[in-house]
Amino acid sequence: MYMRSLLLFWGLTTLAVGNALAEGPNLGKPIDPADIAAWNIDIEPDGAGLPAGSGTSAQGSSTFSAKCALCHGEGGRGGVFLGQGAPAAPALVDDKKIVGIDEATVTIANYWPYATTLFDYIRRAMPWTEPRSLSNDEVYALTAYILAQNKLIDAEATINAQTLPKVQMPNRNGFITRFPERTPLQ
Amino acid sequence: MTGIGKVGSRTGKIDHQTVVAANGLLDRRVLLGRAAAAAGILGTGVGLSTTTAGAEPVTEAPWGLAPGNPVPPYQLPSKFAKNVVRTLANPNFEPRTSQSRTPHHLLDGTITPNGLHFTIVHGGVPDIDPEVHRLAIHGLVKRPLIFSLETLLRYPMTSRVAFVECGGNSAPLFSPQAIEADVQALHGLVSCAEWTGVKLSTLLDETGIDPKATWFMAEGADPPHLSRSVPLGKALDDAIVALYQNGEPLMPGNGFPMRLLLPGYEGNMNVKYLRRIKLLDRPEMSFYESKVYTAPLPSGKAYRFYFVNEVKSFITNPSPRRPLQEPGLYEISGIAYSGKGRISKVMVSADGGLSWAEAALQQPVLSMAFTRFRMPWRWSGGTAVLQSRAWDEDGNAQPTRAQFVAARGELPSVPSVLGFANHHFNAVVSWAVDAKGEVRHVYA
Repeated sequence: MYMRSLLLFWGLTTLAVGNALAEGPNLGKPIDPADIAAWNIDIEPDGAGLPAGSGTSAQGSSTFSAKCALCHGEGGRGGVFLGQGAPAAPALVDDKKIVGIDEATVTIANYWPYATTLFDYIRRAMPWTEPRSLSNDEVYALTAYILAQNKLIDAEATINAQTLPKVQMPNRNGFITRFPERTPLQ
Repeated sequence: MTGIGKVGSRTGKIDHQTVVAANGLLDRRVLLGRAAAAAGILGTGVGLSTTTAGAEPVTEAPWGLAPGNPVPPYQLPSKFAKNVVRTLANPNFEPRTSQSRTPHHLLDGTITPNGLHFTIVHGGVPDIDPEVHRLAIHGLVKRPLIFSLETLLRYPMTSRVAFVECGGNSAPLFSPQAIEADVQALHGLVSCAEWTGVKLSTLLDETGIDPKATWFMAEGADPPHLSRSVPLGKALDDAIVALYQNGEPLMPGNGFPMRLLLPGYEGNMNVKYLRRIKLLDRPEMSFYESKVYTAPLPSGKAYRFYFVNEVKSFITNPSPRRPLQEPGLYEISGIAYSGKGRISKVMVSADGGLSWAEAALQQPVLSMAFTRFRMPWRWSGGTAVLQSRAWDEDGNAQPTRAQFVAARGELPSVPSVLGFANHHFNAVVSWAVDAKGEVRHVYA
């Protein structure tokens, strides 16, 4: 609460000063929020930021085979080597349990707290060779495919801006904030 | 401190007052000429010269007998220093993350040269045209604004030295057994530079802040468009939009043309290729804060929002691949740093932690920056186990390995030295010296 009240105080002060356009060079160009849309791709856990569109696991299956399986393996089972080094990409579908403190054993199903993170990351970063090339419907469908393969949603479910934030991830409450004194309330 | 006086006297040459801990650790002032003279220890056999054989007569060398090379516009190290390079975890650029590690065992001082600063990129190094690149600040602000590099260069600049450490640096040391690896492999994902740029708070002064804002999301223009959530308090405290690294424009692997610098916070949060800052009233819960930079605990729960790189130190010389030559006087040297402020003290042991002596700290000691520590040591030619342990001004002590393992656990089996099976390892590390002067990593 201390931090929150501190931020509140600072914010109000800044607003007051901002009105007077304080001492900075003021060289930033005002931009309409609509003109940031192409970059405005972050998704929050309550679904804020999710675009229009939808997809199902069945739709995602063919996209996955075409654009994802090369690195993540057929069915997202991982283990694909495209060179001499480490696997190209981790498994996305896995029913293993976490072993001790070994992060190599954490998976989407046993660890990720929010399903929205899948949409956010696929849309901003995948496919590795061609990021930002997927349509929103393709991202929804791939999200549905990975969730369904992990048995986190029904195989027939439609994933969209309303349904995705409602997906209950098993490990949602499995985390401890390391530095609560530095971490604002959420 | 224990063991003062009697220990180490087997060499028979050292003034007993200069021996400060077992197995030959000497008073830190021995290597400072003024103090050494004052202490009256010159001529007692602690000088650097340990051989008595005379030197060969000198001759002119070929490079002094003909003109040298033309001066290049951007100079590179001598060809005789070609081994002073980063190691690559993905040398063939396979479609996955690339890491390169700083060769701390071949460097000294506190500043990492730009060509040797560690780099991690998840989709290759982007080739960003600074004239096209933009930084947008929006979300819970009063006026969304967008900045070009050219305009940012007209803002008041601030410079500070800061280490940047990957949250996965030293991760192989979660292993249940010691690892045959050197400083570069174990600790190469931390570097330290002087960063210059515009305070993020200056830019937020211009956008104004909605009182509901408590976090901000920072995003890069790199192929994965890497994004992290940061408490807004850090933006108002000491965050910088960095444009220069050790005085020159940022290196491509370190964020050219601009990066977020969050002093003391894990490297991944210091978002490179910074293109967007969005003020929020909650964290985004991006991939990197939901899964990657978390820390599973023995209890079955996991730490998240593990922002701070806590107090840590390691010895860089001697170390594996920096062996000792012959019995005599050496300087034990290493790096200490803390994400919570200045280093206040570094203790060194040569007997596996049974006795300790305080190391000299190279001045100036800066907050959230590398501090070089130095400790004179008379190596008798016998076995030794070298350790360093640091404290910071916030009162935090670097944990011993036993303390660390009790809190954070160990892996069930030895991991790949290139893997990241957990995060935020900062315990004391041990180097064993054998009778040949070879050095290897051990648990002690």
